[in-house]
Amino acid sequence: MTAPLHEPTAEAAPPASADPAGAGVKKVEGRSLKQIAWNRLKQDKVALAGGITVFVLVLVAVFAPLIVSLLGHPPNEFHQEKLDPLTNLPQGAFGGMSSDFLFGVEPNKGRDVFSRIVYGARISLLVAFLAAVVAVVLGTLFGIVAGYFGGWIDALISRTMDVLLSFPQLLFIISLVSVLPDDLLGLTGSGVRIAVLVAVIGFFGWPYVGRIVRGQTLSLREREYIEAARSLGGGRRHILFRELLPNLVAPITVYATLMIPTNILTEAALSFLGAGVRPPTASWGGMLRDALETYEHDPMFMVFPGATIFITVLAFNLFGDGLRDALDPKGTR
Amino acid sequence: MLAYLIRRLIAVVIMVLVVLLATFTVFFMLPKWAGQDIAVLFAGKASGAEQVEGIRTKLGLDQPLLVQFWDFVRAIPMGRDYANGTDVTHCPAPCFGYSFRTEEPVWTTLKDALPVTGALAAGACVLWLAAGVATGVLSALKRGSLWDRAAMIAALGGVSLPIFFTGMVAMGIFVHSLGWVHIEDNLSTDDSIGVWFQTLLLPWIVLALLNAAMYARLTRATMLEVLGEDYIRTARAKGLGERVVITRHALRSAMTPILTVFGLDLGVLLGGAVLTESTFNLPGLGLAAVQAISSKDLPVILGVTLFAALAIAVANLVVDLLYAVIDPRVRLA
Repeated sequence: MTAPLHEPTAEAAPPASADPAGAGVKKVEGRSLKQIAWNRLKQDKVALAGGITVFVLVLVAVFAPLIVSLLGHPPNEFHQEKLDPLTNLPQGAFGGMSSDFLFGVEPNKGRDVFSRIVYGARISLLVAFLAAVVAVVLGTLFGIVAGYFGGWIDALISRTMDVLLSFPQLLFIISLVSVLPDDLLGLTGSGVRIAVLVAVIGFFGWPYVGRIVRGQTLSLREREYIEAARSLGGGRRHILFRELLPNLVAPITVYATLMIPTNILTEAALSFLGAGVRPPTASWGGMLRDALETYEHDPMFMVFPGATIFITVLAFNLFGDGLRDALDPKGTR
Repeated sequence: MLAYLIRRLIAVVIMVLVVLLATFTVFFMLPKWAGQDIAVLFAGKASGAEQVEGIRTKLGLDQPLLVQFWDFVRAIPMGRDYANGTDVTHCPAPCFGYSFRTEEPVWTTLKDALPVTGALAAGACVLWLAAGVATGVLSALKRGSLWDRAAMIAALGGVSLPIFFTGMVAMGIFVHSLGWVHIEDNLSTDDSIGVWFQTLLLPWIVLALLNAAMYARLTRATMLEVLGEDYIRTARAKGLGERVVITRHALRSAMTPILTVFGLDLGVLLGGAVLTESTFNLPGLGLAAVQAISSKDLPVILGVTLFAALAIAVANLVVDLLYAVIDPRVRLA
């Protein structure tokens, strides 16, 4: 979980606080960090492939009902007729794959695997994305405060982050999920579980963001433009959120992107362990849990959710790595 | 050195306190805020009203929170008697709670599960450190070579694969299809070392794969940095063999950041162990906790979480001692 330090240069700062970098001997056309990053990203084929995959996955999740109505069967519809009556395994080769059931049918229950993968994308991406938002908001807030104020505030926040990072997170998440009720704050059904998962995964994720933001703030607060803002009479809030925060956007973006794949894996792990969203709501981890019973005889039912998780996480990782390279001001490409 | 030791010991004591407080909050305070009846949670859903009231008195849930916390903490070294006037449930030290469902102290479960998780975690972390560091060093020395690039791609793949999926694939291939290894279903201390080795071989590799790749990347990055230092040039200039330069001088100082990350990853290791145990059906701590989720046996989840968190706090002390071995600055300071 270590990354090269990002040092957003003055270009990243809003014009009001930009200090002209000393090395401006060459006459270059002014380009914002965004433009530079976009140009670099366009040339990074691997990252671009990752980005496109992510985009497609998001589309799949958003338009899940449409896709399923066109290409599949409702995710909770049982098709016993597609199963072998003796073994309860899908009829036909490769887990019952056919033009009607693109990814085959589930053993024992006979539900359409394709539809469940498509609907599973919703849970997976929703939980991962929202948990990343929670982590980024908390991490940025605590990180910036710890880095800027220093002293005992920094000590307290830093120690808290250390403790949280070395906690057996998965076990604590399992504990939290099992003690929280099924209806909370007016939410019922799978909504509660999703909210609990988001809160809990996000809560254990913020120290990762917090550490990065704290480190960045520590180095940025000594910069001239902060001093300038201070001597111009800028208040604390102005310096924190108007001067520092815009310069932290690049590393925060990168970490948010790299946090989503970790969250996807955590959500899948929890569903796999039976602490995720409740069945019959489709989730990739839950499918793998079901597959654990039958994969010796029907490996395809294990391969589809497993491969989907792998592709999704890999795509996010590739895109995030590319984004990091593109936004790194020290990068040469 | 002594001052360092004392400082670390104090840190561990604080960590243990935080763990106790966090566990107590999660299990005895949070559910109440969320509108759950703690006695019902601890009894399991199927218990009758009378039984629930008995458990309420036994757990002392009607006592002030501070008294409850003290009883909870004191039980670990001293043991505890759960009494409700008519009958007394004795839980001998070390008391990590009592399962009203199985009518057994949780420690009985923990004691049986401990060797499995211990062997799994120890083997996997030796394997992942050895494989990760070795790959990383080789990659750094042969920078840009085919080996280097292959290792980096493998690293990205490794962090993107859900461990329970790799576990299932590995089992499907090596246990069920090829039949190369036999996995003992109910591993116990009565089994011979050979049986343990054969059963744990695949879990070790699967669990190590998860992180070996990340350590390879980390080792490569720090090695490249260290190899550019002046003292490495000095070491070479005074005629030391390349091997000595790499192992004694470069690797030793590269190990410090790796150890830092390793200390933080102990929780990840344990989380991985939970998933590996569920995948391979190994009777360890993780499987005990996961089975407790489905049987709604909250005391067992509490016991496993508490025990694991305490174990990690102590393991962090060992990591701190290793620092002193590797880094002379720590020893002399």
